[in-house]
Amino acid sequence: METRLQRQARPESMLINMGPSHPAMHGTLRIMLELDGEKILNAECEIGYLHRGFEKTCENKTYFNLLIYTDRLNYVSPLINNLGYAMTMEKLLGVSVPERAQLIRVLMSELSRVSDHLTCLAAMAMECGAFTVFLYMMKAREFVWDVIELTAGARMTTSYIRIGGVRADLPPDWRASLDTAIRETRQVLKDVSGLLDKNSIFLGRTRGVGSISKEDALSYGWTGPCLRSTGIAYDVRKAHPYLVYDRLSFDVPVGECGDNYDRYSVRMREMEQSLRLLEQVAALIPDAAPLGGGPGLEPAEAILRSRRQRAVGPVLLSPNLEGSEKGRLPDIMTSDKPVGVPPKEDTYTTMEGLISHFLFFMSGKGIRPPKGDVYFSVEGGNGEVGFYIVSDGTDRPYRLHLRAPCFHIVSALEQLIKGRLVADIIPTFGSMNMIGGELDR
Amino acid sequence: MGQETLIDEIRTKLGAAVESVSESCGDRVVTIRPQALRPAMAALREAPFDFAILLDMTCVDFSEPAGRFELVYHLYSISRNVRLRLKASVAAADPAVETLVGLWKNADWLEREVFDMFGVRFDGHPYLRRLLTYEGFEGHPLRKSYPWRLAQPRIRLKDKD
Repeated sequence: METRLQRQARPESMLINMGPSHPAMHGTLRIMLELDGEKILNAECEIGYLHRGFEKTCENKTYFNLLIYTDRLNYVSPLINNLGYAMTMEKLLGVSVPERAQLIRVLMSELSRVSDHLTCLAAMAMECGAFTVFLYMMKAREFVWDVIELTAGARMTTSYIRIGGVRADLPPDWRASLDTAIRETRQVLKDVSGLLDKNSIFLGRTRGVGSISKEDALSYGWTGPCLRSTGIAYDVRKAHPYLVYDRLSFDVPVGECGDNYDRYSVRMREMEQSLRLLEQVAALIPDAAPLGGGPGLEPAEAILRSRRQRAVGPVLLSPNLEGSEKGRLPDIMTSDKPVGVPPKEDTYTTMEGLISHFLFFMSGKGIRPPKGDVYFSVEGGNGEVGFYIVSDGTDRPYRLHLRAPCFHIVSALEQLIKGRLVADIIPTFGSMNMIGGELDR
Repeated sequence: MGQETLIDEIRTKLGAAVESVSESCGDRVVTIRPQALRPAMAALREAPFDFAILLDMTCVDFSEPAGRFELVYHLYSISRNVRLRLKASVAAADPAVETLVGLWKNADWLEREVFDMFGVRFDGHPYLRRLLTYEGFEGHPLRKSYPWRLAQPRIRLKDKD
C-alpha cells in the first residue's frame, strides 16, 4: 500500500528516505521526506525497526524473570526502567521498601538520569559537528557508569533494582567512586557550557529550530525535559513524589520557547540538579554496619557440616554475592514473602531454605499478585516512564504495557520538521533523545 | 481536592456516558460506554476537568471468556495534578470505537499501535495503518489467540515481482 506521503506528494517534488540505516537516525527510525530542494514539504516517520515484542514476551514470563527485559527498554538508563517496573509491582502487591533501599534507588535513578542526558546531548552535539563535546561527555559518562558497575555489577543490563528493594547493598568503596563521578561530571558540564552556550554554529542550528508550543507539546503527550523546555514545570518527582524525593531539595528547570536550544539547556541544568540530589542522598545513606558473626565457614565446609546437622554460624560467600548476604537483606529488601529471593546462605545449607528457594522460582509459584490492574510511573531520562499491569492472580502478568516517553515525543517529529531544511532534522531529532528500545518495544 | 469530588463531578457532567466506577489498587477507574467515548473524552479535555495530556492508551484482550476488548486510557490534568484511568469495552467479534484523533495529537500513533497489536478499528481515524509491525504482517500479535513466537511468512523482495 502506498504511504500517505507517496499519495499526497506533488509530482515534481523529490521523495527520499532518511534512515533507518542512517548514522543520525540512531539505527531505528525511517523518515520519508518530500523535498523541494533542501526544503521539507512533508514528512512521515516509520517506526518499529527495533520492535521485539516486549509486551508479548512479558505475558509469557514470570514477574521475577521479566525484570531483565526492562533493562533493554531505555538502554541508556536501565535502572530507571527497573525502578518503574519494581515500583508498579510494589503498588500492586502493597509492599513497602526499607529506607536504605529507597535511598539507594534515588542514587541509582539520578546517576541514570545524568547518564541519559549526557548521552543525548553528546550525540546531538556530535551530529552538529561538535565532536569534542561528544568525547568529553562520554568521558563523564564512564565515571558515572563506574559507580553503577561497582554497585550493580553491570554497566547497562543491570537488573539491580528488584521488586521489594535492591539486589545488593552498596560496595564498601562507593563514596570515593561517586565523588569522582560528581566531580568529573561537574567539570565536563562546565567545559561543555563553555563550548556550546555561545557557539554561533550551535546556536544557529538550535535557536528557533524545532520549536513547539505549550499546547502542542501537551497535546502530543510530551513529558520530561522536552515538555519542560516549553515552560511547563511538570516533573513526576514533584507532582507525584515517590521514594524519598519529597524530602530532598531540587529545582525543576524550565525553558521558554521549546526549541532545540531549550531542550539542550533544560537537560544541562537538570544534570546539575541531579548532581545536587546525588550529594544529598549520599549524605543521607549511613555507612553499612559491619556484618556480625565473626569469621565464617568456607561454603564447602558448611555444606559438609550441614549433612550431619543443621549448620550454625555465617558462611563465607563467593564474591558475586557481595552485598546480598543474609545480614544485609533486611536493610535493602522487604521482608514480605514471597517478594525477594530467599537468602543464599539458607538455600545452600538448610532444607527449608532450599524449599523456599524452589517455591520462589518454580513455575506457578513465586510472586503472585492479587487480581487487579495498576498504573505507576516514575520520572525517566526522557519523561514519564509508566507501567500498566493487569494481573489475573497467576505468576505471569495478563497484560503489561509500557508508557514509553519517547513514543509520544517522536510522534511530533513530523510536525516539527515540516517546512524546515533537511539539515534541521539532525539537531531536532537529536534533542528529542529517541531511544529505540523503548520507542519500538 | 479528593478523588471522590472529581468522580462526582465526572458523573454529573457525563451523565449516562458513565457505565460504572470501580477501584483498583487505590486508583479510581471510570468505565465509559463505548458509544459515548469521544464526546465524553472531549468533555474531559475541557475545563473544569482540564485533562490536557493523554498520557497513555492501550488495550487488554478479554476475548476468552468475556468476549470483549478493554480499551484503557490514562489522562493527566496538570492544573488539578491528577491522573485518571478510563476504560471502554468493545465486543471482540468486531472491535471498533470512534477515534480520538482531533482531541489529542498523540492519539494518532497510539490508536495505530492498538490497531496493529489488537486489530481494534478506530472509526474516523485518518490514517489507520500498522505502526510497529509492517504492511503484510498477518494477525495481531498482542491478542491472546496469537501464539507467542509464531513465525511470520517471509516478505518477498520488492524487485522480484
